[in-house]
This record gives sequence, structure tokens and C-alpha cells, in this order.
Amino acid sequence: MPAVSKGDGMRGLAVFISDIRNCKSKEAEVKRINKELANIRSKFKGDKALDGYSKKKYVCKLLFIFLLGHDIDFGHMEAVNLLSSNKYTEKQIGYLFISVLVNSNSELIRLINNAIKNDLASRNPTFMNLALHCIANVGSREMAEAFASDIPRILVAGDTMDSVKQSAALCLLRLNRTSPDLVPMGEWTARVVHLLNDQHLGVVTAATSLITTLAQKSPDDFKTSVSLAVARLSRIVTSASIDLQDYTYYFVAAPWLSVKLLRLLQCYPPPEDASLRSRLTECLETILNKAQEPPKSKKVQHSNAKNAVLFEAIALIIHHDSEPNLLVRACNQLGQFLQHRETNLRYLALESMCTLASSEFSHEAVKTHIETVISALKTERDVSVRQRAVDLLYAMCDRSNSKQIVAEMLSYLETADYSIREEIVLKVAILAEKYAVDYTWYVDTILNLIRIAGDYVSEEVWYRVIQIVINRDDVQGYAAKTVFEALQAPACHENLVKVGGYILGEFGNLIAGDPRSSPLVQFNLLHSKFHLCSVPTRALLLSAYIKFINLFPEVKGTIQDVLRSDSQLRNADVELQQRAVEYLRLSCIASTDILATVLEEMPPFPERESSILAKLKKKKGSSKLPDMDDSRKNVNGNTEFVCKNNGVIYENQLLQIGLKSEYRQNLGRMYVFYGNKTSTQFQSFSTSVSTALQLNVQEKPVDPLIEAGAQVQQILNIECVSDFSDTPVLNIQFRYGGTLQNIAVKLPVMLNKFFQPTEMMSQDFFQRWKQLGAPQQEVQKIFKAKNQMDTDVTKAKLLGFGVALLDGVDPNPANFVGAGIIHTKTTQVGCLLRLEPNAQAQMYRLTLRTSKESVSQRLCELLSEQF
Amino acid sequence: MDCRQGKLRLQKWYVPLSDKEKKKITRELVQTVLARKPKMCSFLEWRDLKIVYKRYASLYFCCAIEDQDNELITLEIIHRYVELLDKYFGSVCELDIIFNFEKAYFILDEFLLGGEAQETSKKNVLKAIEQADLLQEVRPALTGKAVIIIINILAYFHFIFLHK
Repeated sequence: MPAVSKGDGMRGLAVFISDIRNCKSKEAEVKRINKELANIRSKFKGDKALDGYSKKKYVCKLLFIFLLGHDIDFGHMEAVNLLSSNKYTEKQIGYLFISVLVNSNSELIRLINNAIKNDLASRNPTFMNLALHCIANVGSREMAEAFASDIPRILVAGDTMDSVKQSAALCLLRLNRTSPDLVPMGEWTARVVHLLNDQHLGVVTAATSLITTLAQKSPDDFKTSVSLAVARLSRIVTSASIDLQDYTYYFVAAPWLSVKLLRLLQCYPPPEDASLRSRLTECLETILNKAQEPPKSKKVQHSNAKNAVLFEAIALIIHHDSEPNLLVRACNQLGQFLQHRETNLRYLALESMCTLASSEFSHEAVKTHIETVISALKTERDVSVRQRAVDLLYAMCDRSNSKQIVAEMLSYLETADYSIREEIVLKVAILAEKYAVDYTWYVDTILNLIRIAGDYVSEEVWYRVIQIVINRDDVQGYAAKTVFEALQAPACHENLVKVGGYILGEFGNLIAGDPRSSPLVQFNLLHSKFHLCSVPTRALLLSAYIKFINLFPEVKGTIQDVLRSDSQLRNADVELQQRAVEYLRLSCIASTDILATVLEEMPPFPERESSILAKLKKKKGSSKLPDMDDSRKNVNGNTEFVCKNNGVIYENQLLQIGLKSEYRQNLGRMYVFYGNKTSTQFQSFSTSVSTALQLNVQEKPVDPLIEAGAQVQQILNIECVSDFSDTPVLNIQFRYGGTLQNIAVKLPVMLNKFFQPTEMMSQDFFQRWKQLGAPQQEVQKIFKAKNQMDTDVTKAKLLGFGVALLDGVDPNPANFVGAGIIHTKTTQVGCLLRLEPNAQAQMYRLTLRTSKESVSQRLCELLSEQF
Repeated sequence: MDCRQGKLRLQKWYVPLSDKEKKKITRELVQTVLARKPKMCSFLEWRDLKIVYKRYASLYFCCAIEDQDNELITLEIIHRYVELLDKYFGSVCELDIIFNFEKAYFILDEFLLGGEAQETSKKNVLKAIEQADLLQEVRPALTGKAVIIIINILAYFHFIFLHK
């Protein structure tokens, strides 16, 4: 192969690319590629050793073929060979190939790592950078293992070139993301923080990203970065636009660095030091002021960069949520953007206002923009912007404007894009429930939802309306009347038939006095929909019919005739057939008394968190829901019982176990209810509790026979000897139809059950907080919110957890502070806790301080699972 | 349909994913972005990420960022990258990126690393690239025969700051 002449580049590659581009069809392209692959393969396998240039060229061709979307299964070895070339261009192509086509072939990784090691040690900055880029691009575990300890050294060494420092910082960041366990923290961390002071803004830019990532994981280790970041930010925002030379972007001083610094500050609460705090406030004010100045350029790049910094500053203001003045200014600024001609800004303003709406300082200010947001919903041409408007309306909704917002959302629903209908339905359903002052409005709203967007009304929504109607007797008559009227429509949605069937079956009697809705009229109305419905709805209607027989003896004959018809008794569907047969039989043989008992009105549903909320959280992947008849089945994980004492802890086909419990100091009493769900007796029923030494559980004997359908009660007396972390296990054994059944259930006896809440004043709290300052006494955990972050729910959970909530202790009103004493037989442990929600990041920080390390640990584990 | 429509010119991933996943994501994203009309906003929610995109002549540039990331600054990351290409190639056109794809990658690596801006100064990035070029025996071959006009071609970068 001749030496490359100047200006020739990789001629073979250029020719090949041209060939590909000239191909008229996909087939021709594939043919040309296959030809080339065969050629390269033969060259690589050939006897003649290839020189570096040819290797580079062929590797580059392979890369190009890969980027066209074809699989490449050879050439890796040749690329690795290029890594150790002395020629920069060959090395560079080798690294590119490795970066793009990572292969976890362990043999190769060893060779690659070897080459990287050599380059890192070369002291040639260009080579070092190539090696660092490769590590950052691949970021595999093997590489982390090999280099995670070298890179910090390169990063903080005094003689490292600036460009190498930049690469090293981001390389370390990447490794920290992929294999955090392999990146050792050490004395280098303090020196990394110091990079925020570096002369070179490029180094500061790269270092800020690294520090932000590290600070998110261990905020305490990087606390000192706050003051440095504020100082740096302050210098940037007050600089004249030319001061920073090439780091000024379209007249905006270092926008990337500013955004990153503001991001870093969002890892921390507002600075406690007063002068630092006021300096930061000044910076934020300056940024807000700049937004009002006339633009220095008409270019969109100028306004984008300026607003990028502004939005990040607003994000920080919202994160701190402590300066009412700044929050309101931020809100006003966003209000201006709501009417901006740039779609991007309108979109971002809507998005950012959503988080502002949840701050108590700015909620009212956000609400003043309601008309603009409603008009955005109607006039925006881009569905993603309209979606943001829906989100904002949802966020700004409260009791004062709920009727207007729900009405607007309902009317938007009629024309909304199909892709967002389901979400809007859920939001309307949640708002209607949350802000219902009178439940007639709620019932109307849900029925409207079903009318307008029946197909998008998920099961949770109609389950919920039924739960609410059943639980609130003041709305039952109205609900019956309204569904009755809605069912009159010639075409109504099947979901309405379901709600109608259920509600009339329960409460049809409340409107039966009116001759226009006499029992027979009600029945005929329901039955006229029967044939148009799917099997599950028909099954539900059959249940409604048998309920009618109980409510209205006068229609018994008519209903029996329907049940007796061939289309029911011989229905091809087993479930329908069975219901028809059983209901018919029941109506014939049972006395009125028995009927009345069997078909008694449904008891109220236990109050629990709305299932629609959960649905909204994870709209995708809705699993099959239980049939309505057993929608109250509630098989719980134990975590659910950390903050509550009563409920169903286990249920299967045969057995249901419920419990009620009460605790006082270090003693507890638990009533366990075993319900036989079958029609057969349970024999040799026995239980035992296995528990750790720190707990004494004494069981009262339980009857060895449980009759079909019966429930028996057992009392457990519990004593907490010392703090513990393992929950006891209840073992149950019985015979059912000759087979022995073994069931083991974890009993929800956790350490926090032995809490006694303690009220205290702010200064006592802080005094004790300081006393418990030893490192092993404090346990802290930062975690992502699993549920919607709702203040009331959080309060209820903390109270359920057993502590007293102390108001006015934490300077930030969004935070929660609590205190209590854990009672055990041997000792009492005082506990203080602080929970800091960060609504914007959807994160919580939970800190527990107790006089005993194991107690802090355990309580933190238990409580952090709750949010 | 023109088989070249929606063609990928460059891709860069900052999260480890299998080739199969990458292809699937790419296909889905290309469709989503091509379906957007002009004047629509440059951001959209996609899975649990945000897509920021901008069109320059026949090329679309896309970044996927995390929920917390700043959309506008990402838009300017795209613009700065285009400026860098422009400066390096001297009024860049799509053909430059096709024929010198490796250069486009090298410039990107100098500018962004691990999904974060490494060096935002245009001068410094180009200095690094030019220094490297000096080490080369040859200057990159620029194509002088850019007569073919191609429309609707899509270049697409995937800068995901997400770590799974």
C-alpha cells in the first residue's frame, strides 16, 4: 500500500460512501455493503500484514456500515490494534470504533484497558484525552474497575492540563453514574470542590457537573460547594457581557455554567449563613431583573440562553420555597411568558408554574392566571402545550376555582386529542372528588365524564363513584335519580350501565315512590340495555336483578321469568349461567328474611387512598382489576401497616385474616380475625407465632374448628423487650377437605408501634436535636417519592407512624418535624425526625436522630417506605 | 417513499443500552419527531424523558434529556454544536457530516462528554480539534462535489443524561 499523499484522506472510504449514496434501492445498498464486508474480511484474514493506514481505513468503513444500521461482528481486534499505534489518527479511529461498538468480550476489554492505561500514563494530553473520552463513552463496569481510582488522581493533580482536567471530571461523572460503588470517595473530594474556584471556566463547567452528581448522592460531603457556587454565580451574573470572552454566548455570560451552578444549588436547602443567603438572593434578583431589560440581541440564541438561566433560577427559587417575594416575582415573570409569542416559552412557563402552584406562597399568584391558562387550553395549536395547560389547571385547582376548572376540563374533553383523554378523565375525577362540597356535583361530574368520554373512563373511576355513593347516604337518593335519568338516553355508554346497575340495585328503592321510576320501570330500563352489554356488565346486571327481588317483592315474578329464560339459564357463558341458576334458586327457596340478610345493602367501603390517584401516577400498565363483588379484597404488603393498625393482612381463596390492634407504651394487644371463605369446615385449626427474642408474643387459644363462612377471633398479647427489626411471623395450619394447609403471614408488629408521641417547643426540639448530633445517632435517607406528594397524606402517615407533629419548628413550612419516645421494657428511646419534601424533584430527605443507632436505622427504613 | 427519508446520520448514547433497544428507540423517535409540524414547540415528553429538537435545513438534531434538565440550554447545546461544525467545515452541509462522520464525532466528544457540556467555548473546542488535526498527516478530505440535494434527512443525536 502506498503512503498517503497529502489531501488524499481516506480515499477508499470516500469512494465507498459515494457508492452507497449512489445506490438506487435498498437491495443495491445491501449488495454493495456485503461486497465490501467480504473484501474487508479477506483483507483482515489475508496472509499479508496490513499497515496502519489500511487498518484504519477498513475499520472506518466498518464503522460507517454499522452506523447505516447493519450489524458488525468482526474488526474489533483490528480496532484494538489501532489503539496502540503511535500515529494519532489511527489511534483516534481505533478509539472511535471502540466507543461506538462496545463489545463486552472480556478478552478484548483487557486489551483495550491496557491501551488506555498506557495512554493515561503517556503524559501526552491529546492521548490522555482520547483515553478519557473512551472511558466516558463506554463507561462499562470493567473500565470502572480498572480506572476509577486513577482518574481522581489525574483530576486533582497540580500539573494536569486544563483540557485533561475537564475530560477527567466528566469521565469520573460517567463512572459514578454507572458504577457508583467503584468510585472511591476520598481526600480528593475536597480538592474537587475547590475546582469551582479554578481560573479556567471550562474546568469549572466540567467540575460543576461532577460535583452536582456527587452531591446528589452524598450531600454532606460536598456542603462546602454551596458557598463557592454562590460566589462564582455572583461573579458571573454581575459581570459585563464581554468579561468572560469566549464563554459569553450571544451576550449572555456563561449560560451553561450558570445553569449548572443553579442546578448544584438545588441539591441543598437555602444557605443558613445570612450573608451567603443574601448574596444568593441578590443573584436571583439580578437574574429576574435582567429578564425585564430590553434584549441585547434579536437572535433567538440570545433569548434562549438568557431564559435558560432564568428558568433554572426560578427552579431554584421554587426548590428553596422560602422567599415569598422571589416566588411571587417568579410567578409574575412566568405569567408574562404565558402570553409570549414563542411557543417554547409558553410551554416552559406552563410547566414551571405547575410547581409554583404547589407552594403556599405563590399558589394564589398562580391562580390569577387562570383565564390565560384556560384560553391556552382552547387556542394552543400544539397538543404538548395544551397538555401542559391541563397539568397547570390541575395543579392550581382548589376549592375556590374547582367548579370552573372542572367545567373547563369537561368541555375541553369533548374535543381533546385521543392521546390525552384518559389522563384528563382521571384528573377531572380526582378534582371532582377532592373538592366536592356537595356530592351531587360530584355525581353529576362523573356521569358527565362517562357521557362525554365513556371509552376513556377506566374501571377505577367508576369503582370510585360507587364507593363514594355507598359511603355517603346523603347522596344516594340523588345518585339513584340521576343515573335513572341518564339511563333514559337511547344510547348510553356501557360504563353508565354498570354504575346504573349497581346504584339502582342498592338504592333503587329511594326513587321507587315516584310512579315515573317505579320498580318495574327501573327494571325494564336496566334490562333494555342488557343485550347490548358485555359479559361482565351482564353479570353485574344479574346481581342488580336479584337485589331488586329483595327491594321490590312486586317485581319478583317478572325477574324470575327473565332469569328462567333459556338465554339466561342456558347461557354459553359459565359465569352468567351460574349466576342465573343460583339467583333463581335463591329467589325461589329463601324466605324474605334470608333474602333480606343475603342481599343486604353493601356495607360502607373502608376509607382508603383513592385508587384513581394511583392510576394517574402510573397510567400505563393497568392490571386486571378484581370483579366488583370482591373489590374490597385487600391483600396487603406489610409496609401498608406501618402507619395503621387495622385491616386485612392476608387473603386467599380459602381464608381471610383481618386484624385490629392497639398499643400502649411497650405493650400491645392484637385481635386477629380468621374468616373461612369456603362452604366447608376448617378442621384442626391452630396457630403459632415465631418471633425474635426482643419481642414476647403470647397467643390466646383459638377454636380448632371454623365453620363454613364463619369468623373466629384470637387475641395476641405483645410485649416489646428491646428494640427489634424482624417482624414476627404467624404460622397457621388447618385441614380443608382432607388436605393440610400451611400459611405463614408476617404480622405487622414494627418498632414504631411502641411510639408515644411527644409534644415539645421549638427550642427544646433544637436543643435535643443538637444533643443527638453524634454521627451514629443520625440516619439520613434521600429517596424518590413513590406516591403523590400530598401534605395531608404525609401528615396522616406521620401521625400514624406514632410521632407528634411539631408545627412551627422547621423554618421551612413545607418540612415536617416530629418527636416521640419508643417504649421498650428495658429502655426508652427518644426520637426526633425531620422530613423534607422536595416537590419539584419528587424527592424526600428523611433524617432521624435517636439515642440508639439501631433504632435510628430501623425507623428510617420503616418510614422511608411510606412515601 | 424515499428510502433515505428519516435516515440517521449520527447517534451518540450516554446510557448503556443494547443495539436492539437503541434501534427500537431510534425508530420510535424518528417517527415522533418527523411527525411534528413547524412552529410547534421544540420540546416534547417521550416515555419518562424530554425530547428537545431543532431542525437545521434538512437535518433534525434531537437530544433526550431527563425531567430535571433545562430545555432551553439543551436547545443551545444543539446550536453550539452546529456552530462548531459550521466553523470547522466552513459552512457545514449534510454531506460534510456524511463523508466526515468521524470528525463530527470527534468534535462532539470535545464539546460534550458523558452527556454534559465539557467545554462551551467555541475557540477552545476548535483549538483542541485543530491541534489534533496538526498531528494528522493529512487534512480531512472535503467533498467538492456536493451537488446532490437531499431533503428530509434526519441526523439525530441522543444525549441522554439518564443513568439506569
